[in-house]
Amino acid sequence: MYPEELRYTETHEWVRVGDNVAVVGLTDHAQSELGDIVYLELPAAGTEVTAGGEFGVVESVKAASDLYAPLSGEVVGVNDAATGDPALVNRDCYGEGWLVKVELKDPSELENLKTAAEYKEFIGA
Amino acid sequence: MNYEYRNIFEIPCGRGFDAGAADTPDVDLGEFYPEEFIRDDLGPLCDVAEAEVVRHYTRLAAMNFGVDTGFYPLGSCTMKYNPKVNEEVANLPGFAAIHPYAAGQDAQGALKLIFELERYLAEICGMEAFTLCPAAGAHGELVGMLLTRAYHGSRGDDGRNVMLIPDSAHGTNPASARMAGFDVVAVASSDEWLIDLGDLKKKLDERVAGMMVTNPNTLGLFELEILDVAKAVHDAGGLLYFDGANLNALVGRARPGDMGFDICHVNLHKTFSTPHGGGGPGAGPVGVAERLVDFLPVPRVAKEGEEYFLDYDAPASIGQIRSFVGNFGVLVKAYAYIRQLGAAGLREVSAAAVLNANYLRAKVAKFLEVAGTAPCMHEFVASSAKFGRGSAGEIDKALIDAGFHPPTTYFPLVVHEALMIEPTETETKETLDAFAAALEKIVSDLSADANAYKGAPLRAPVRRLDEAGAAREPILTQMMAKGAGE
Repeated sequence: MYPEELRYTETHEWVRVGDNVAVVGLTDHAQSELGDIVYLELPAAGTEVTAGGEFGVVESVKAASDLYAPLSGEVVGVNDAATGDPALVNRDCYGEGWLVKVELKDPSELENLKTAAEYKEFIGA
Repeated sequence: MNYEYRNIFEIPCGRGFDAGAADTPDVDLGEFYPEEFIRDDLGPLCDVAEAEVVRHYTRLAAMNFGVDTGFYPLGSCTMKYNPKVNEEVANLPGFAAIHPYAAGQDAQGALKLIFELERYLAEICGMEAFTLCPAAGAHGELVGMLLTRAYHGSRGDDGRNVMLIPDSAHGTNPASARMAGFDVVAVASSDEWLIDLGDLKKKLDERVAGMMVTNPNTLGLFELEILDVAKAVHDAGGLLYFDGANLNALVGRARPGDMGFDICHVNLHKTFSTPHGGGGPGAGPVGVAERLVDFLPVPRVAKEGEEYFLDYDAPASIGQIRSFVGNFGVLVKAYAYIRQLGAAGLREVSAAAVLNANYLRAKVAKFLEVAGTAPCMHEFVASSAKFGRGSAGEIDKALIDAGFHPPTTYFPLVVHEALMIEPTETETKETLDAFAAALEKIVSDLSADANAYKGAPLRAPVRRLDEAGAAREPILTQMMAKGAGE
């Protein structure tokens, strides 16, 4: 449910880092709490995002919520498949349902994120 | 009763009206319009016999569920019964047939009604003055946010760009603040589901323009520390905004102005007798404290001698925010309602609303968890979380078959599997008992079998709707649009 190799935010995003580019998505807890996701608004490639700042919107049949960037940097990839079919986030939040790729500005920001164990404790899982 | 699933355009029944042969010559449309704008045929124009028209709309009406059909405990929406006499008053020709451009001397009665209703609301809310122009609650919120901006701007205090909003608030609050250009910062709830004063103080600084507070809050709980909240916000230079969504709990008994609020809106369609839930029209008058009066929208209704007139002379005003003077018919109903009840009657409204909610709360608390400690105000939030994720939705569908409108569900977001129940003052003890009994049976069935109501609703015009599908792939085209039917 919460892969060990990922890092997590208190706002329920996950991060997978490789080669200075981080893949960002929504955690299983988030997709499950939101229920059926019906709409995703993601930034265009080239957008600068700031750690803790809003970078998009996720809307489900229950609620609309902001998405918060776990790390600062430039958006270098956007999952158009997920904006076209937001149910991907419900079905496969750590795989096909990823959201954006961010080229890191300051890799040391990673230290501010939670480990899987810390995130599980945070959500009481 | 056969339900109606057809559009009026889809009813095949010959001719409803024969205009006879045209007595003007045919023209070649190609001479006047580009080809792509010319239809080959007229398409499915509505052409239905009178009896079929009547049956069509009667069937549609029968598919609807309203407060005139049954109990409608939709939390935070105050779906109370609205006396029909107020509709009758609003339909008097002197009110209903008046033209918005009528000259002032021909509209003295209407202007007097607005003038006096402003003062009634000011008295009820403890505010200095009111504008009745905003068209609904969220519009009132936006006006309140623009007033906040105008106030700080007039003092050269332009750096205030943050609006504080409790995490239990309605979604319209952050939306309105954003529309007015503010950044929204959420204030946490305490363990008692009230504003966490410590968290609030941490977030107050010279960037804060104000705070929006719904009191009682969306959990139906009165903000016990509201005076401290007001002092803290004011000490930091901010304004305090009262969201009047839940005024039904306070009317005649406690006033936002006395709690320290600087601006407040009132949903006339909730508290003051206008049926709603079908998309309006509503009315969201906004009241302000003395230091904000000059910023109110134009026109104001003023009085000189014995004559009432629309006053546009307000240099500091945020301007006009609605055509004419707002949704006048709603104002008439509110006026009639207030005049009939009087101060004593309004006090009974809030007393009965709070008593009904607490009576139902005590019954429901026997089989569902309820957020916050008793007593509540006009509504309460139950949680079905112990019956699993999705259980609140199951309860809703089962309630429809039991003849009740479901409560507000999955809101506020801070409570899991939330069922927000507002009985209002117009329900009898028998109705509350019947609702509680139905709810208890459903909960008991679900605790034995989580799938007990998977097929519900069975007795509504439609079965369970595909909410996700409707949001993901909505069909928004009317069949009249060119090519839509292909």
